[in-house]
Amino acid sequence: MPETRAITGNGAIAEAMRQIAPDVVAAFPITPSTQIIEDFAGFVADGKVDTELITVESEHSAMSACIGASAAGGRVMTATSANGLALMWEMLYVAAGMRQPILVAVVNRALSAPINIHCDHGDSMGARDAGWIQIYAENNQQAYDNMIMAPAIAGHADVRLPLMVCLDGFIISHSIETMQLEEDRQVQAFIGEHKAFHSLLDTANPSSWGALDLHDYYIEHKKAQQVAMANAKPVIEEVSERFGKEFGRRYELFESYRLDDAERVVVAINSVAGELKEVIDELRDEGEKVGLLKIRVFRPFPYAEIAAALKNSKIVTVLDRSTSMGAYGPLFVEICSSLYDANPRPMLYSRTFGLGGRELLLDDIRDLFEESKRYLNEGKIEKTSDFLNVRGG
Amino acid sequence: MKTVFARTAVLKDCSTHYCPGCGHGIAHRLVAEAIDELGIQGRTIGIAPVGCSVLLYDYIDVDCIEVAHGRAPAVATGMKRTNPDKIVFSYQGDGDLASIGAAEILHAGHRGEQLTVIFINNAVYGMTGGQMAPTTMLNQVTTTSPKGRSAVEQGYPLQVSEVMAVLPGVVYVERTALDGGAGVRKTKKAIKHAFELQVEGAPGLALVEVLSPCPTYWRMPPAKAMKRIREEMSKFFPVGRLKG
Repeated sequence: MPETRAITGNGAIAEAMRQIAPDVVAAFPITPSTQIIEDFAGFVADGKVDTELITVESEHSAMSACIGASAAGGRVMTATSANGLALMWEMLYVAAGMRQPILVAVVNRALSAPINIHCDHGDSMGARDAGWIQIYAENNQQAYDNMIMAPAIAGHADVRLPLMVCLDGFIISHSIETMQLEEDRQVQAFIGEHKAFHSLLDTANPSSWGALDLHDYYIEHKKAQQVAMANAKPVIEEVSERFGKEFGRRYELFESYRLDDAERVVVAINSVAGELKEVIDELRDEGEKVGLLKIRVFRPFPYAEIAAALKNSKIVTVLDRSTSMGAYGPLFVEICSSLYDANPRPMLYSRTFGLGGRELLLDDIRDLFEESKRYLNEGKIEKTSDFLNVRGG
Repeated sequence: MKTVFARTAVLKDCSTHYCPGCGHGIAHRLVAEAIDELGIQGRTIGIAPVGCSVLLYDYIDVDCIEVAHGRAPAVATGMKRTNPDKIVFSYQGDGDLASIGAAEILHAGHRGEQLTVIFINNAVYGMTGGQMAPTTMLNQVTTTSPKGRSAVEQGYPLQVSEVMAVLPGVVYVERTALDGGAGVRKTKKAIKHAFELQVEGAPGLALVEVLSPCPTYWRMPPAKAMKRIREEMSKFFPVGRLKG
């Protein structure tokens, strides 16, 4: 029987990991993701899962050990945050380049310096070009569900790419929400057996990984990663649909919330979507045509699908919870690219919020919609890019 | 009225965030006393680690820099080479120095950097909530070794001082224990000596490993934690001067 349980986001991810039952987990603790590995260590010690848990000395070694274990044919997972993900950087590219379907729970946290332990998306957004599939979650249930879907996506024969499941540090990782944990047997049947491709331990079919690859073949291998990313999109849709049929919760590449006739739209990622929905409901009651497009899959980015979903919008506010120094926020850039060919093209602007855990309250979101109303009425955008709730401007 | 006790000048007038019975407060005070007694407050730069003592700069009144986990000896290298007249010290826990920063401390010693390193070994990752460290004792229960550390599964505790002492570029290594009055006095002497060596221009790195109690994540009262250092930890991590 599925179980309704009040559990933290980290606890939910740890339960998903227990159900996925990876062969190897290699990890190093970092706030706010630590509880995932703590809970998982408890499952290992209690014999609830038969996983080789390696408590390595750093995240660089954690990802290195994951790559080794994956290349040796294992199903492999880990969890990290912020500087931990940054320390994995070199190996993230290696994992993707070697097409190892490693799964990582990224509990989003701000990068140093200055040192900060609270939520923003600077860590995973910084890794957006590393060749990993990135799936984001608004709440505990979605984080768990995304993780349950992850092995089938990453390990699909047409994909074979590593995958990050991202959830907001503290806001989701440490908040207790009531959610549904599915039955072990049903989850395991959904996930299926792990199939390793060209495993190093398959001595009957010897293979090498990561061998020197210069101007002769390197670019073909990079193109192959792009092809795999393109393949990932329909696979994510297919796995999400199968998940919906099996467990009753339906997911798409992104979530459209009261979007069909919305003139003023906010595009956002992760937990802030909950607050946005609250305000959108209030404004809808007041007769305002407002809506939300919540990103779920950021890599591969669903450009055409987003353009279609935003075709009726007149003005789009993109909320980035990270910034690209010297450039627009990463999500804004993608939304601009999505809408470049749209005719008519909606008005577009960018707002950066929540870096290092700065709050965005319901009143702030109301102000945001007020601003978009004014811009729409005036027919012009005063500030294309700005920070919300920041001192000095 | 005669003053019989005064706050160490180099220690800021505030209370710390440390748990009751933690060794960091004592170790901070000893570092501050050493800096004060050597008259080097104005030319000392401290490097704060990632770990429980991440807020070192709130307590010790010298210029400080906060760096990424484990990188203190590498940053200290750049700092000391740029400012050879300054006294540069790093203060690092076992997660920082013995785990994620093992390469940095080893190579600072290997290059013979003229640095003072205070290494607090409490055999557990404190700040993230009590996970197993490389220095965790065999059979010690932590959140990532719920059945106790096993040599077969997780290896033996890492003896950093013994490793560092064999490097020609390391001029002084001493291991002390905050396990009571005598241990605190010995630790003070060792820390002061490690700073003195740098002041005198000794040609290499000076390291003091301080066995320090963590009652919270050893899950025992402070007095028992002190006793554990004496009776258990110092068996595997013997105190005394290893070099210099």
